[in-house]
Amino acid sequence: MKFSTLTRHIREGFKSILRNGWMSFASITSIFISLLILGVFILLALNMNAMASQIESQVQIRVFLETDVADDVVADLQKQVGNIPEVSKLIYVSKEEGLAQLRDRMGEDNSDWLEGYNNENNPLPITFTVEVFEPKLVKSVADQIHSIAGTYETSPVADVKYGQGIVETLFKVTDAIRNAGYIVVAALSITAVLLISNTIRMTIVARQREISIMKMVGATNSFIRWPFFVEGALIGVITSVLTTAIVLIGYDQIINAFQYELSFLTMQLLPVKEVMALTSLTMIILGSFIGIWGSVMSVRKYLKV
Amino acid sequence: MIEMHDIWKTYADGTSALNGVSVKIDRNEFVYLVGPSGAGKSTFMKLIYREEIPTKGEIFVNGFNIGKLKQRKIPYVRRNIGVIFQDFRLLPKLTIYENVAFAMEAIEAPRKVIKKRTMEVLELVGLKHKHKSFPSQLSGGEQQRVSIARAIVNNPAVIVADEPTGNLDPDTSLDIMNLLEEINFRGTTIVMATHNKEIVNSMRKRVIAIEHGNIVRDEQRGEYGYEI
Repeated sequence: MKFSTLTRHIREGFKSILRNGWMSFASITSIFISLLILGVFILLALNMNAMASQIESQVQIRVFLETDVADDVVADLQKQVGNIPEVSKLIYVSKEEGLAQLRDRMGEDNSDWLEGYNNENNPLPITFTVEVFEPKLVKSVADQIHSIAGTYETSPVADVKYGQGIVETLFKVTDAIRNAGYIVVAALSITAVLLISNTIRMTIVARQREISIMKMVGATNSFIRWPFFVEGALIGVITSVLTTAIVLIGYDQIINAFQYELSFLTMQLLPVKEVMALTSLTMIILGSFIGIWGSVMSVRKYLKV
Repeated sequence: MIEMHDIWKTYADGTSALNGVSVKIDRNEFVYLVGPSGAGKSTFMKLIYREEIPTKGEIFVNGFNIGKLKQRKIPYVRRNIGVIFQDFRLLPKLTIYENVAFAMEAIEAPRKVIKKRTMEVLELVGLKHKHKSFPSQLSGGEQQRVSIARAIVNNPAVIVADEPTGNLDPDTSLDIMNLLEEINFRGTTIVMATHNKEIVNSMRKRVIAIEHGNIVRDEQRGEYGYEI
């Protein structure tokens, strides 16, 4: 293709957007609305995902030892549990620390419950707080700790707790939230594509005459297709960049406005810089793709004049 | 220039439009195609600019075997054929200048050449002063002039005109005919389907009459021959 032809196509693409004002406006609006809704849902999904991960990461295993375990057995057990591949962190909580933590948790008002207990008559066992790499592995790790304990003559482990029952429910809820997010985002993407290809089809039908005349004067198919391609790409890119900017700026405003109001929650909205890359990439790629694909597909249909 | 050898055309719905037509039209001829509606005139013309292909038989235009043309070659053959319609078929959102220049852009002519040649043909059809107007601002006759300018801008060897005066009043029709005659005089072959008795009888040319898909009459300096 000659350079002058390429510039002609780009020029025509631009002109066509302006000349077909209402049609362009319809395409831009439908891409804008679809992407806007999509963007909001992407942000929601990202935040829900982050919250779910945060909740999941709080899941720990507590290993309660018997009160009369010998020091070398404790050390050996600690080593073996620490060597389980899925374990990311093992914290040894001595009797004294256990008592201190318990006092802390009971608070001032109930401190008299623990009155009289000191390091000499501490009734608490040694405990291990075990964290795992993948929260969903807590049950399997807990089982492994049980079987390690079983290798000793008398089991040094009194109990292994990870919130059995509650944890399973928690994972079901977080999974449901994630899946719902993916499904909504996927459904919205498809809706956006359909909405936009429909709008572009209308544009093309309106220009069927133009295409047939172009063919009549001896324009090649690629010559006919190019300006539509440029037009679709321009509409897609411009609209998606614009929409992305609006969504992210809006999100930033919300974060700033609710920074203090939401601080009582342990969970926080993700900062803009963390969601920016994924959100804008998804939206701009999708928007451009939709614009180009929509126009190319619709033109192809009418090229068989 | 145009040669048809035993051309048959049957459409997908079973309508037979041409039944064994053979004809030879030489370079620089001016031919009227007459006959009742539905006789096969339009099909005859569509075969020339390869809107349709024959069911049987061979057709040569400017040396190309139109029926056997590869899909990607079609545009290049059409560049040598100018087509004029009864309803002008201008692009309403393009200016007069752009409507004509468009045909040159389609064949990727250099911009400078496009500008020069477009203004040249607009001058020839007498619409240079209106090159910035849009089709809706022009009269029917003027619009047909624009479509003629578009048809000739690439210097085609053949012009195919399907009832070019069908929508125009007698005076305007005469203007258009004078223009076509001028173009023919400059060396372009013209095939024109028409129902206009006055024109055919006053500007005597070769007349080919088609009825029921057959050529029933072919005379030099012929008459229209039908009562309206």
